[in-house]
Parts: sequence; C-alpha cells; structure tokens
Amino acid sequence: MSSARAGTTPWLLAAPGALLFAALVIVPLALTLILSFHVYDAASGVKDETTLAHYAAILSDSYFLNIFWRTLRLAAMTTVICALIGAPEAYILSRMREPWRSVFLLAIIGPLLVSVVVRAFGWSMLLGPTGLVNEAFRALGLGTVKILYTETAIVVALVHVMLPFMVIPVWTSLQKLDPMVEAAAWTLGASRFTALRRVVLPQVTMGLLSGSLVVFGLSASAFAIPALLGGRRLKMAATLVYDEYMHELNWPLGAAIAILVLVINLIIMLAYQRVVEARFKRTLG
Amino acid sequence: MGFLTLAGLTRLYGDVAAVSDVSLSVAKGEFISLLGPSGCGKTTTLQMIAGLVEPTSGRITLDGRDITHEKPDRRGLGIVFQSYALFPHMTVAQNVAFGLEMRKVARPEREARVKQALALVQLAALADRYPRQLSGGQRQRVAVARALVIDPPVLLLDEPLSNLDAKLREEMQFELRGIQQRVGTTTIMVTHDQSEALSMSDRVVVMEQGRIMQVDAPYRLYENPATPFISSFVGKMNRLSGVWRAAGVEIGGRVLPCEGAGLADGAAAVLAIRPEKIGLKAHGAGVLDGRVKGRFFLGSVWYFTVETSAGLVGVSLPNAGEEPAREGDQVGLDWSSSSARASKPDGAQSS
Ligand SMILES: Nc1ncnc2c1ncn2[C@@H]1O[C@H](COP(=O)(O)OP(=O)(O)O)[C@@H](O)[C@H]1O
Ligand SMILES: [Mg+2]
Repeated sequence: MSSARAGTTPWLLAAPGALLFAALVIVPLALTLILSFHVYDAASGVKDETTLAHYAAILSDSYFLNIFWRTLRLAAMTTVICALIGAPEAYILSRMREPWRSVFLLAIIGPLLVSVVVRAFGWSMLLGPTGLVNEAFRALGLGTVKILYTETAIVVALVHVMLPFMVIPVWTSLQKLDPMVEAAAWTLGASRFTALRRVVLPQVTMGLLSGSLVVFGLSASAFAIPALLGGRRLKMAATLVYDEYMHELNWPLGAAIAILVLVINLIIMLAYQRVVEARFKRTLG
Repeated sequence: MGFLTLAGLTRLYGDVAAVSDVSLSVAKGEFISLLGPSGCGKTTTLQMIAGLVEPTSGRITLDGRDITHEKPDRRGLGIVFQSYALFPHMTVAQNVAFGLEMRKVARPEREARVKQALALVQLAALADRYPRQLSGGQRQRVAVARALVIDPPVLLLDEPLSNLDAKLREEMQFELRGIQQRVGTTTIMVTHDQSEALSMSDRVVVMEQGRIMQVDAPYRLYENPATPFISSFVGKMNRLSGVWRAAGVEIGGRVLPCEGAGLADGAAAVLAIRPEKIGLKAHGAGVLDGRVKGRFFLGSVWYFTVETSAGLVGVSLPNAGEEPAREGDQVGLDWSSSSARASKPDGAQSS
C-alpha cells in the first residue's frame, strides 16, 4: 500500500506543473510546427496539403535573412554592452555599504516593475526629434540627430530593459566570494586592477555567462521594443512574425519563421552553454 | 628602535575605538602573539599593519621606513587570513606562484621557489590540486606557503589555526613555529587561544577592548599577570578574599601564606594562586583543609575542585600513575608562600 503510494505520489505532485507546461508550451509549439508545413493561398487561406515551401522561401530570401542577421547582431550587441555595464555595476554594488546597497539594488531592479511597453514609450519620447536628447544636442550646437527608429534606439532601450538580468547573476556570484580573497591578492603585490582581472573576474565569470545567456535569449525574442523604437521598417524576428500573422495573414509563413528563430536561438544557447560548462567544470566544480 | 614599530595606533569606527593607542616594538625575527577575547581589536590591528585598514591616527614603521599610508601591494608583507582566502580558481602551485608573478620573477626561478615553499610546508605532492580538493590543514599550509614564498619582512597570521580541529591544531602549532624558526621571518600572530599564544611566541601582547594590557614573554606573563583579567584569561587562577595579616591573607580565622607587597595590616586583600601550585596532602597536614567536590581526569593532569572554608579552590596535579583522591575525600591543601600573591581587591577589574 505505502509502496504503491510512494510510486504514484511524485507523479501526482508533478502533474499540475506538467499539465500547465503541456497546455501552455508544448501544445502551442506543436501546433505552430504543424502549421508551418501547411500550404497557404492568398485567396483561400490555409489548406490541408503540406509543403516545405515556406522554409525554402525564408532561407532563400535576403529580406528574411537580413532580419535574422539583424536580430542576432542586436541581441549580441545588447549582451556585450550589458556585460560591460552590468559587471562593474554589480561589483560596485557589492562593495557598497548599507543602506546605499539596498537603495541602489532597488533602483536597478525597480524598472522591472514597469511594463516594457511603457518604458519603450518613454525612450521614444526621449529619443524623438523633439525629445530631451535632441534638445540637449541642439543646445550643444550639434544639431538634430536621428536616433528614434534606428538600431541605436533599439539597442539603447534593450540594454536598459535587460541590465537587471545581467547585474543580478553577477551580483549573486560576487556575494559568494570571500572579500578577503581580493585583499589577499593586494597583499601579494597585485594592483587593484590586476586583482580584479586575475582574481575577482574569473570567479564571477559563471554569473556573467549565465546573465549573458538570459540577456541574449530575451533580446533576440524581444517584441515591444523593436516594435515601438524600430518603427515600421526596422524589423526584428518577433516583429516580423507578428507582421506575417497580423498584416500578411500568412500564418504558416509566420509559423515557419517562429520555428526557425527558435531553432537558431536554441542552437546558439546550447553551444554556448556547452563551451562554458566544459571550461568551468574543472576549476569551479 | 624595533624592526616593526607601532606608535599610538588608533582606529575608530564611528565613535567606537576598535583599537586605541597601541604602541609596540617588534624585533627582527621575533614571534609575537596578539592575544585577547573576540572583538578586542586584534584583527583590526593586524589589518592596519597589512594596510587593509587605514589607521585613524598613529604611525607604523618598518625597518625605519614610515609605511602608515602605504598601499598594501607596496608593503610586501605576507599575510595568512583567518579564512585562508586562497584563490579558488587556481591550483596550489598557481596560488603560491601568484606573489612571485606580481614581482615579475622569471619563470624558472618562480617554479623553483614555489617548489621550495611547498616542500617547506610538506605539500609538494599536492601542487596541482585546487583548494576545494584540500583539507582544512592543507589549505592552511598553502596559505602559509603563499605568504612566505615572497620572502616577506614580516609575516602576519590572523587566527591561522582556529578553523582546524583540536588534534590538528596542536600539530600545526609546532609545525608553524618550526617553519618560522627555520625561515626566521618576523611574525605577528593573532589568536584568542591562550595556550596557542603561550606555546608559540617569544612575546605575548594581551589586548582588551582595543588596548594593550601587557606585553611579556609567555612564562613571565603567566607568572606575573598584570591584571586580574589577564590572570584568568591566561591559564586558571584561584582568587580567595580575606584580610591582609603580616605573612598572609586571613580567611575564616586561618592565615594563608602568600607574598603581598605594600598592603597595610588589616586591609582587605585577595589571594591569587594557580591550581598547579597547590599540592594535595592528608587532612590537617596542609595550610587549608577541604573536601573534594569534583574530579576531572585530563590525561596528563588531574583537576580537582575542593570545597574549603575560603571558597571553592581548583587544584591541578600531574598524573603520576595513581589516583590522588576521590570525590568526597577530606584533604589538606598545601602551598609555599612564594607561589601565592596577595593584592588589593579591585572591583573594576574583577573578572
Ligand atoms: N568594518 C567595521 N565596521 C565597524 N566596526 C568594526 C569593523 N571592523 C571591526 N569592527 C569592530 O571593531 C572591534 C574589533 O574588531 P576585530 O578587530 O575584528 O576584533 P578581534 O579580531 O579581536 O575579534 C569589534 O567591536 C568590531 O565590532
Ligand atoms: Mg578577528
């Protein structure tokens, strides 16, 4: 009796989560995958016959490939900038005294409580031709610069949104570090900079890399920011899929794009993780 | 003028003095212990010498050079931290080599010196391990090798043995002292363990609430503690209150023999005597009679608590292969007048 219970209990406990996951992720994904193989006709809509034509069309059309390339490029750029800003930020944060540490931590995490759409609108107001940034440029005699609806605007806003996802894992790994380890490096003759590079940085690499993974994944699939700050012409993968579904009404093509983006993202992230793990398993266990 | 001198060293945190007015002169090659209870400012003192804490006032000189405001990476002192603070992502050999790398020592010489330092602490076989693969005692020795390999003028040790279990701690005491004597490095060790301080040091500095209370050789410190606090912090001390009479302290109608300088006849006095200075005799044959209340066998010594008319007295006897007395036995306690000392009772300093 009790052994039978022990056998079924884990399944029962896992069931709600598994059902939720199946209903909200697996099923829609499977439906999308199936949809991407269906024939589409502009006059009569989705048909029952299957085809690989959508994939062939996407992979042979430079319009789509350019958008994929831009998506990966901007996501990578966002990741690098987030790492360059986030790592020092986390380090400074970890060396701060209370209560300042709590105040600044809140300032970094706080924006997560505001909708991405609201923040994107905020940036579009700041970066627009009559926005605060251009007013400042004019006041300095630099003239008006087109920022809104450029890749720059997208990256700036993405960095703003993604920064907490970089700062938090780096900060967490800094918390685990004995502060005396850095002091030990100083007493052995290392300058502040050398101690950071040789002793602190190697130990927060794990946090830096997992933060990068999150930031890259979220940036590559970001929708609201490219939609609001990239404008109609500057598309990224998510806005492209939206267009195919809502404007072209070519759902199978949209589905094929979504699947391709998912696969590319998965490949990049898995490869990245594989490399990272191989490198760090040995030293950090 | 000492090799390393501290003059009026003070460090305030807010209004609270973690260390106040510490002055000390350390000779070259000397092994000094800073001894005191937790929170008395030992680590702060050590970190000021290391350059990791900025003194609020005071001066530090090393070999005649003022290093009070020098950066830690310029001082070149060797430091073993309480947590050892090894670099977790480097092997034992890389940890030890780090200081030499910073000094731009060429690779062949670096490797030779790392090998030599690891041999000194008997870790040559573990050079390629990572710190997390080592036991506590091995980590501690890596930390010592890492600090010594740079040939520091002064070695600073912050409770280097406190993370080790009792048996290992004892072994490492002798080992550490042996290494220090072989290398001859001037050493300052922080500890809250009096037996560690006594067994390892040339001189012991006793600190209390940020101040130095006494600086003395271990033996003299033990025999002539300057304050009641020190007398009970370093070893055990019996304290019996009574009234001073010409040749001793009178308690309950008996005059217990002891030395007492500068006490007026009839003045209140406290007799202080170490447990191991008391001998056990037959009832009536000693200077004070009592009944054995408790008996503890510690291997090399017996420890008795004896109930007397003067109060509870601790007696420690070397284990000579037989049982000196049992609980409930009537015994006489005996001591010579030169091994006990009387002083004025000091309410403020009682412990
Ligand atoms: N960074 C600090 N900020 C505030 N108070 C401190 C700091 N470091 C030490 N103290 C205080 O200074 C006193 C001495 O500390 P410490 O030198 O670490 O003592 P010990 O090493 O003898 O145990 C303690 O009361 C401690 O609370
Ligand atoms: Mg301490």
